Amino acid sequence: MAAERRSWRRPTAFRRREFTWAAYLGLAAFFLWSAWGVGADPSRIASGLGRGLTLLGDFFPPEATPRQARRIADKMVESVAMAMVSTVTGIAISVPVAFMAAENLSPKPLYYLNRGFISLSRALNAIIVAILVVKAVGLGPLAGVITITFKTVGFFAKLLAEDLEDIDMGSVDAVRATGASPIQTLVYGVVPQIIPRFAGLSVYRWDINIRTSTIVGIVGAGGIGSVLLTAFNRYAYQYVTAILIAIIAVVLVAEGVSAVVRRRYQ
Amino acid sequence: MTLDVTGLRKVYPTGDEALKGVDVSVGGSETTAMIGPSGAGKSTFIRCINRLTEPTEGSIELDGTDLTGLDDDGLREARRDIGMIFQEYNLVERLTVMENVLTGRLGYVSGWQAFRRSFPPDDVERAYEILERVGLGEMEDKRVDELSGGQRQRVGIARAVVQQPTILLVDEPTSSLDPETSNTVMRLLTEIAAEREIPVLINIHEVDLATEYADRIVGLHDGEVVFDGPPDDLHDGALDRVYRGGDPPESDAPPADETAASDSSVGSEPGGERASADGVVSPDGGTTDRPGPGEP
Ligand SMILES: Nc1ncnc2c1ncn2[C@@H]1O[C@H](COP(=O)(O)OP(=O)(O)OP(=O)(O)O)[C@@H](O)[C@H]1O
Ligand SMILES: [Mg+2]
Repeated sequence: MAAERRSWRRPTAFRRREFTWAAYLGLAAFFLWSAWGVGADPSRIASGLGRGLTLLGDFFPPEATPRQARRIADKMVESVAMAMVSTVTGIAISVPVAFMAAENLSPKPLYYLNRGFISLSRALNAIIVAILVVKAVGLGPLAGVITITFKTVGFFAKLLAEDLEDIDMGSVDAVRATGASPIQTLVYGVVPQIIPRFAGLSVYRWDINIRTSTIVGIVGAGGIGSVLLTAFNRYAYQYVTAILIAIIAVVLVAEGVSAVVRRRYQ
Repeated sequence: MTLDVTGLRKVYPTGDEALKGVDVSVGGSETTAMIGPSGAGKSTFIRCINRLTEPTEGSIELDGTDLTGLDDDGLREARRDIGMIFQEYNLVERLTVMENVLTGRLGYVSGWQAFRRSFPPDDVERAYEILERVGLGEMEDKRVDELSGGQRQRVGIARAVVQQPTILLVDEPTSSLDPETSNTVMRLLTEIAAEREIPVLINIHEVDLATEYADRIVGLHDGEVVFDGPPDDLHDGALDRVYRGGDPPESDAPPADETAASDSSVGSEPGGERASADGVVSPDGGTTDRPGPGEP
């Protein structure tokens, strides 16, 4: 029916095909430049691998004296306790922060303030935060709890705020229209819409916090990490392996619990 | 109980003047249907009455109290007497039917009672009665997201009625429903209004549902009332004015196909008129569904 055949090609994100290729080339160049910059040359990788394998022999079999085993257990309990406490405090702080960081519920200045706080918490790695907090409050699990609480707020408040921004405002309007007070509107119109996600996120964050709590000890913020560091410093590699196995076991259990609970709330 | 709206204007922050000085009074136990094309300002009008949308100018008197002058507490108290029903039902999906219905009593309980879901026995009894009245007996513990559209709208009606309002505001209760269910919902609304002797103001797209169930029709076009009278007076010329903003005595006779379209608008087959009313071609060539910015 048409005299002239028309051609069609999928439009590209970069508008012109040349730009697409230029972008891919640029990306490849950036990768090569970075690899060269960090000194990742193949011969070094090969020799490192060889040394790594010899070293691996020193790590097995895992071994811990009864005193060391007790120390692992004590510090592991401390890690888990730190994770538990900071999950609760972190979420308690996250809730108001999330409401203030939800664009549809919060006035602009408050919104930016809380978004800023969330970005700060997300920008800093737990270890960096822990170093700063240890400087401020000294060595020990308190520093760990403060660190993990701070990190929890960045994660939890951000995701909760995004959920709050997605709620159906129509049902909130309907609750308001009955003459409900702002608190009641929150309880009946807003909270039911976010409860399932809230529960899922809490457990998920708890499992992340268990992982974090095993590492912040490296810089003195309490938990099993400190034991790991001393073991490494004394070249007690078989002891290190025992510690790592304990960490892996606890993290796996936490992840399993978290997965089961989250599936329940879907 | 009477509602007197005078000189109501609403200009949205975007600059849209949705209402351009609307005067409407409703009272007694009269059912008033507000018809008009999409974008005419029907929803805006209803939302301005209980100030879910803040009006720009004008007065809204409910039994002599001007709602526009009320502070937050006063407004909440006034809202308890205004039942509102929404096009998209606006129920809280994850709550049960009973919780949604009892939402209508929130204005009478404390925040703590609301949190504990401990409503006075009278409220609970009333909620049960109303659920039976709207045909949802035994459904109280179902979660709302398990219900059909028609059932949800009946929960919406129950939530408004349990408030024991002195007026019902209804925004397009049937546009998400099939013709059969639409009729049931309209009948329910008018019957409840009669039983409780309260006025009902219903926004509605379907002209034949409006003429069938309402005692009075208000036609809104582009933020202005262009018709106000009994359904019997809503002849083709008036419909023209509502849906196309045309002024029949002065305009040329409409082409045959347009007459046919507006004729079918008052036809009696349920649900059939919505498509045709939306499809009526306006003088500038666009459909009435989306009036152009420069349309008078
Ligand atoms: N929140 C808003 N912000 C800006 N403009 C709005 C808003 N809500 C409505 N409007 C504008 O106000 C006018 C009236 O809208 P309204 O929703 O009241 O019409 P309607 O008669 O209810 O239409 P429909 O039949 O489609 O529901 C429209 O031009 C619309 O674009
Ligand atoms: Mg509307």
